[in-house]
Amino acid sequence: MSRPVKISMQKVCKRFGEKRVLDNMDLDVITGESMVIIGGSGTGKSVTIKCIQGLLTPDSGSILIDGIDTVGISEAKRQAINKQIGMLFQGAALFDSLPVWENVCFALLAEHKISRKDGPDFAREKLALVGLGADLLMASPADLSGGMQKRVGLARAIANNPEIIFFDEPTTGLDPIMADLINNLIEHVNKEIGATALTITHDMKSAKKIGDRIALLYGGKIVWIGNAADIDHCGNPYVEQFIQGATTGPIKISARA
Amino acid sequence: MNFLQAIGRILLEFFATAGRLTLFTISGVSHIFRPPFYYRIILKQMIDIGFYSLPVVGLTAVFAGMVLALQSYTGFSRFQAEGAIANVVVISITRELGPVLAGLMVAGRIGASVAAEIGTMRVTEQIDALTTLSTNPMKYLVAPRLLAGILMFPILVTIADSIGIFGGYIVAVFKLGFNPSNYIQNTWDFMTFSDYFSGIVKAAVFGFLVSLMGCYHGYHSKGGAQGVGMATTNAVVSASILILSFDYIITELFFTQ
Repeated sequence: MSRPVKISMQKVCKRFGEKRVLDNMDLDVITGESMVIIGGSGTGKSVTIKCIQGLLTPDSGSILIDGIDTVGISEAKRQAINKQIGMLFQGAALFDSLPVWENVCFALLAEHKISRKDGPDFAREKLALVGLGADLLMASPADLSGGMQKRVGLARAIANNPEIIFFDEPTTGLDPIMADLINNLIEHVNKEIGATALTITHDMKSAKKIGDRIALLYGGKIVWIGNAADIDHCGNPYVEQFIQGATTGPIKISARA
Repeated sequence: MNFLQAIGRILLEFFATAGRLTLFTISGVSHIFRPPFYYRIILKQMIDIGFYSLPVVGLTAVFAGMVLALQSYTGFSRFQAEGAIANVVVISITRELGPVLAGLMVAGRIGASVAAEIGTMRVTEQIDALTTLSTNPMKYLVAPRLLAGILMFPILVTIADSIGIFGGYIVAVFKLGFNPSNYIQNTWDFMTFSDYFSGIVKAAVFGFLVSLMGCYHGYHSKGGAQGVGMATTNAVVSASILILSFDYIITELFFTQ
């Protein structure tokens, strides 16, 4: 592990009302690795990503990106950090009012890195990376299937050649074949652009395929972290229960999860 | 004790909402003046709010002017004061009915659509996506709508005034048998710049309020379709109440000695 830490969460706490979602959570993501956080519904996986992106502010603790503490920084500094981050949302979160090509080029158009004239050509290249054709350039996101929307969302996430990419439940709601296709694409683009990837999912097949390391989040803390290849034989009771999907074990099933 | 707790909760919620709305307003207005400026979006909003509201505002104004002429005639004919109809129509339309009726009609049309659009963007994570793409949602979504509301309402109300006065003319001339040139001369004589100007000031304030309520309720909507529906209702109701309240305040400022 000679590579530097890209993202470091240190004793991060976040509560909503009485519910403590993150409880002194620590996590280091190494530059260039693909880290996957697994965990049940309502365990704080999405909250973790939103805290790193600055969409939520932790109650306490530090979140360092490239060694800089990002908690409570100014809007301008946050925007500068977000420029090196790409994100694939669970529901793709494409902008309904814009055609596909403008969705893909959105950040670059906003920063005047490309002109509107060059936008469609640029979007065509990015769509090709995720296996979509130029015939979709002018389509509205509402006209695309769920799988296609995810792929356009992926093209948008990688358009800026980000140093960090977040994947929020990338295979949720997709059929097994489309889910495998998305997993392959994520693996491919991670290698292609060499970004540090952080994925949250409860799909074990997806986690093992796209992750270099996997962390299990439970009770607001990481209860196990290790290489993806070792997860089936790690001997950790939390991990074993999660993989087997057993209702009995150290993971308590919350009625309100 | 429970009664006092309930009052306390209501008061706390009231002050929290007032604080949120104040901060939201300051942030939205400040982004109107700070670059970058999204000219295409501002233009699109101006067309949406101004051009596409013309039919509903025009129809409302023409019927308001017609009814005003008819009602005035019914009342004034008892005192042989039919000659004052043009006076009543022009003052009522320019001071009150033009801005208030246009404001209320556009509150229904634009307030609802802005709240629904931004609310849907909120619940489908499109607003989070904007942030991750280094675009400030207040600047991209809220500021253009506020500016378009402030700029387009006065133009809409100027058109509504003209159409409303024309509605009065139609009834006075074609139904009540007034001499056309006398009626136009009376209208012109009684029309004052201060009346028109007070209506235009009201229009700019109403435009700001309608856009603000649509943006605020949409931006803070949560809970899926039901939340968006609630935001839409709240936007229209609060904009309508604010229009009537500010109508009184501005009238008091302009016409009370």
